[in-house]
Amino acid sequence: MSMTRQAFPYDLDQVRADFPILNQEHHAGTPLIYLDNAASSQKPLSVIETIDDYYRRYNANVHRGIHKLSEEATVAYEAARVKVRKFINAGSKREVIFTRGTTESINLVANSWGRANLKPGDVVLSTVMEHHSNIVPWQLLAAEKGFTLRYVPILSDGTLDMDTLRQELATQPVRLVTIMHMSNVLGTINPVAEIARLAHEHGALILVDGAQSVPHMPVDVQAIDADFLAFSGHKMVGPTGVGILYGKRDLLETMPPWMSGGDMISRVTLEGSTWNDLPYKFEAGTPNIAQAIGLGAAVDYLSRLGMKQVQAHEQILTEYMLERLAEVPGVTLYGPQNGANRGAVATFRFAEIHPHDLAQLLDAEGIAVRAGHHCAMPLHDYLGVGATARASVYLYNTPVEIDALIEGLYKAKKVFAG
Amino acid sequence: MEDMYREIILDHAKNPRHAGILESADIECEEHNPLCGDRLHLTMRVDENDRITEIAWDGDGCAISQAAASMLGEEIIGKTLDEVRHIDKEHILEMIGIPLSMNRIKCALLSLKVLKIGAYGLAEWRKSEDEEEDI
Repeated sequence: MSMTRQAFPYDLDQVRADFPILNQEHHAGTPLIYLDNAASSQKPLSVIETIDDYYRRYNANVHRGIHKLSEEATVAYEAARVKVRKFINAGSKREVIFTRGTTESINLVANSWGRANLKPGDVVLSTVMEHHSNIVPWQLLAAEKGFTLRYVPILSDGTLDMDTLRQELATQPVRLVTIMHMSNVLGTINPVAEIARLAHEHGALILVDGAQSVPHMPVDVQAIDADFLAFSGHKMVGPTGVGILYGKRDLLETMPPWMSGGDMISRVTLEGSTWNDLPYKFEAGTPNIAQAIGLGAAVDYLSRLGMKQVQAHEQILTEYMLERLAEVPGVTLYGPQNGANRGAVATFRFAEIHPHDLAQLLDAEGIAVRAGHHCAMPLHDYLGVGATARASVYLYNTPVEIDALIEGLYKAKKVFAG
Repeated sequence: MEDMYREIILDHAKNPRHAGILESADIECEEHNPLCGDRLHLTMRVDENDRITEIAWDGDGCAISQAAASMLGEEIIGKTLDEVRHIDKEHILEMIGIPLSMNRIKCALLSLKVLKIGAYGLAEWRKSEDEEEDI
């Protein structure tokens, strides 16, 4: 099978020109083929220049100064919040909290809502496919508060076992369903809108880990009816060090602050304090201002391309990648085998080559992939595999790069056979 | 620089109208603006028709926040709570009459916030805030 670029919804050459890092050599004479996008995406020049511009021209703290620089920084910081609000269709910008990333967003919910509401006898329902960042915070809190953490299994095709999920909700005192929207290993897209409806029917809340979905497909918090949505900037062409917690306003209003200090207070005396309004109640200390403004530029970039187009591009590429990989003798693929309605990752093992060795050999060919557990050790235990290799594509990847990956596999096989 | 503070603002800031605290008031509310350290405490008396008969501001802070409170008090005294319900952000900014940056708008609106929360409750204030979303 071969593939022409005409099939894609936007001009790939033009898009690739926007990303300086893609136009360099990985090693001398070898172009970079970046297929580790599920770990972190590359950044377009518009994001890099936005951050540069802040530091060069109007670097100052936000929400504090009266002077022009602080004013300009505050306006840009709040404008970025509004861009994110529109991007996920939140009802109010007060529901959009800047955090350090998905991990911090989930920890915020656990330590604020969880600590205030969960008690012995309660159940928090998660799944076996979760990233560590959506397991460990709940394990820590369960040890302290005495609630029970239960996990919905997956079916043999890598999709969530919805019957068990329904049964758990019907028979267990579930207070919260905390679930990833798109698996960073399997590529499975969980039906979060349906799960939200089921959770709400049983009086439970739902937290959606959108780390892999928000960068790759249109996500509408109101259409899903998510109570919380967590995601990271660096996986969506934005900078590291910034992420978002979306929360429904009524919930956020009732939640106590988690981290505390400056900017999150209304009034402080030595005897006690009162809290600032949303979202500032949850943004203690000087935020990552440059990164937040950079995330705004990333949202602008994605919005210009259109998330439907990004998703369409990735679907074509993912289908092609899965088909090509399946043709290679010795490749075992994990997750749903159908490229449609699936995340843009291909997780696999190749013959007897350990994924770490494979990643090393591919790197010599200029190809960056991930090897290991991908922060999902329980899922690997569940699948009964030690480590896996993962190729993950994004809006700028091309079918030629997939061809290079396949070629790289054959080369690696030769090294180990020889 | 002189243009930044109109004479009327300076007058109200230096000689705030309705300064003080009313004993056994019908409406009482206090809010703070952590940016400038502004504090405003409102006490009001209303008659059986909810007409504002007495109003008193106690507070300290920047000229903008204190002058806005003083001017707002002058405007609403003698009117019913229903008659002053329409007063919004735009109204206050017009009353102040000087261009304000994003961080200073909070100072100007502190008295409106205290009035709205005191007279109509927190929910109504939040509703009015939401109407200015995305600015």
